[in-house]
Amino acid sequence: MTGNKKIGWVSVLAGLAAFAVPAAVLAADGKIPDPAADWNHLFGHVLLDIIIIGVAFGGWGAYMLVKYRATAPGQVGQGPKLSVAQAIALAVIPAVVFMADDFYLAANGWVLWNTQRTVPAGALEIRMTANQFYWDFDFGNGVTATNEIKVPVGKPVVMRMTSNDVVHSFGIPDFRIKEDAVPGRKTFLWFVAQKPGRYLATCGEYCGMSHAQMGAWIEAVPQADYDAWIKSQQHASAPQPSNS
Amino acid sequence: MNTLKEWVFSTDHKRIGILYLVGSFAAFGLAGIAALIIRLQQYAPGMDVAQGQAYYNALYFHAAAMILAFLIPGLTGFFGNYMLPIMIGAKDMAFPRLNAFSVWLYLMGVVLALISMAVPDAPDVLWTGYPPYSVRTTANTAFYVFTVHLLGFSSIVGAINIIVTVACMRAPGVGWNQLPMLVWTVLAALVINLIFIPVLGAAVTMLLTDKYMGTHFFDAAAGGDALLYQNLFWFYSHPAVYVIFLPAMGVLFEVISTMGQNPVFNYKAAVYGGVFGVAALSGEVWVHHLYTSGLPDWIRIGMTVTTLLISVPVGIMIISLWGTLYKAALRYNIAMYYAAACLFFVLVGGLTGIPLAVVSMTVHLAKTAYVHAHFHYVMALFSTFAIFSGVYFWFPKMTNRFAETALGKAGFWLSFIGANVTFAPLFVVGVAGMPRRYWDYDQFPTWFASYHHVSTYGAFIMGAGMLLALINFVYCAFAGEKCKSANPWNSNSLEWTHTVSPPGPGNFLHDVSVPAGWSPYQYTAR
Repeated sequence: MTGNKKIGWVSVLAGLAAFAVPAAVLAADGKIPDPAADWNHLFGHVLLDIIIIGVAFGGWGAYMLVKYRATAPGQVGQGPKLSVAQAIALAVIPAVVFMADDFYLAANGWVLWNTQRTVPAGALEIRMTANQFYWDFDFGNGVTATNEIKVPVGKPVVMRMTSNDVVHSFGIPDFRIKEDAVPGRKTFLWFVAQKPGRYLATCGEYCGMSHAQMGAWIEAVPQADYDAWIKSQQHASAPQPSNS
Repeated sequence: MNTLKEWVFSTDHKRIGILYLVGSFAAFGLAGIAALIIRLQQYAPGMDVAQGQAYYNALYFHAAAMILAFLIPGLTGFFGNYMLPIMIGAKDMAFPRLNAFSVWLYLMGVVLALISMAVPDAPDVLWTGYPPYSVRTTANTAFYVFTVHLLGFSSIVGAINIIVTVACMRAPGVGWNQLPMLVWTVLAALVINLIFIPVLGAAVTMLLTDKYMGTHFFDAAAGGDALLYQNLFWFYSHPAVYVIFLPAMGVLFEVISTMGQNPVFNYKAAVYGGVFGVAALSGEVWVHHLYTSGLPDWIRIGMTVTTLLISVPVGIMIISLWGTLYKAALRYNIAMYYAAACLFFVLVGGLTGIPLAVVSMTVHLAKTAYVHAHFHYVMALFSTFAIFSGVYFWFPKMTNRFAETALGKAGFWLSFIGANVTFAPLFVVGVAGMPRRYWDYDQFPTWFASYHHVSTYGAFIMGAGMLLALINFVYCAFAGEKCKSANPWNSNSLEWTHTVSPPGPGNFLHDVSVPAGWSPYQYTAR
């Protein structure tokens, strides 16, 4: 009987410990949110959550694998015979604990999801078309670029994406974001570069033999440098015959 | 010649089971070689082992063969055919000739998968075959479609057969609540197969007509939709994960309960909460494979919740598995080593899946080496080790010989260490942004290469371990230590208590019936 109680308590404590991880505070308060930082923050909580569950179950399992070795030949196990009430409780209690943890994670995930899917007002809009095996960017002011673009630091950038041929996936690991570019569909993602630097974008969805070499570089520069770059690009493209 | 005829035309479920096992291990070995080619190419940027097309041929073969020709047939085909009828006290399957049909469909599917590697322009569509790429590629997507057709028909035929067998051919006294966990889990897996495989069949057939007959199901320019295929594909292929996971859990319950001489803990919760729960939820979570696909935001957050809820039935099964260890009297043989390793793999693999259930986490982690490491732990390593555990466990039943040798132990330790050395580093580079399916990565920081070095060494250690295990099986089948009794592990399950080893035609010397209150997990001190 005491054995049964012990099992019950261990499972309850393990579950509660996982649930008691402090809730993430992700509110943006009118400032431009930073989804990459929010991602790192939430990932830290999820890691803590799974490490607690993992250590609890791993430790418990390893202990039993060592502790309950047979000591004499022909010995049989002394596992508890559960009453109906105990059997139901030992299914329902863990189920409720797991479910609570699930809803906790889903709620926090949802908060971040809303940030990721709500483009801040005044974001710089770039149209991107994926091709085998390069990325075409269109800034909408006559400036186009392939595989190399500049964006202003600290300003949200939204990519409106589609594909010319097969499914590609535009992912920027440093900004913790990725979304597919699908023929016949328009998809989007947005990010904000907090620091100047060159950020790698990769193709995530298998698109053919050069899939591994389908990269793009996003260079985040101060607004003034960005404006100068746009000017120079417009100037560079001016002598070419216009489509319109 | 006569022996060959006996095997080819056999309708005996045990011979068919062995054919499944041999076919599975052949596919496993070949797909393993493909894995080593993949790992060598990823050893460092700029490697020239299998670049471009050749790399994707290897990826295609590795994944398609491992999942469709090794894990699913190994678990539902081998254990389902050889062990399941004896465990319920049946003399054979309900439809023995249908059974022979299903195994030969399966073996032809494996042969076709091999031929497709030898033809010019081998399929390069991975095992997922996403259009428009699979339609536009110049490679032979048809071989992919026909391989899926053959293996799918084989699974459907096998599923009907085993479901009918369990429903109608249990020995007198063997009630639903007395079925071994392996029977329950295989049954649930096959119900899932029966419901979802036709969807996969339809999806790849539409691929075929799009590519070769000018239809436009997946062609956006003509009003089709590329995402339709992804939805249909994962509507089967996520449940397929449980077709693999559930029987692997079943094997572990049998091994741990018997080797610990301890009844399955909270059996009814494990069956009606765990197995039934997984089967019921399996068809409501597929969108987590499409988290970055551009589907509407609401369905992506909705399936975050259903995906997370899978942890409830799985958690109930895990508690039963752990509980079966509680106050057990564990005896360690090689089967138990593999089972203990599985407990570790299912924890690592299951828990690293939690961030991948949450859509907002997955938009970064999707399609990176993190995903690759996660599903190799929970699906590849967990299920493969469960298959090895089961083969070691039932080896005396099939051959009347033990496979407990130093060679077998060395094989286990090399596999276990190698497996972790291979996949643990991939979590780290994955979170840092290393994409899956890359045969070159010189655009990334140089430290990525160090992790890939380690991972490649691990793959070869694991490969050596698996090879030793396979050699050990072959050697011991002919020259292993003979068993002194038909029930060396002191099980109370019918395949051990009521038959000789190996069981002859008709399985049992006398008709089986069990007394009221019998359970396969009733252990008595000797």
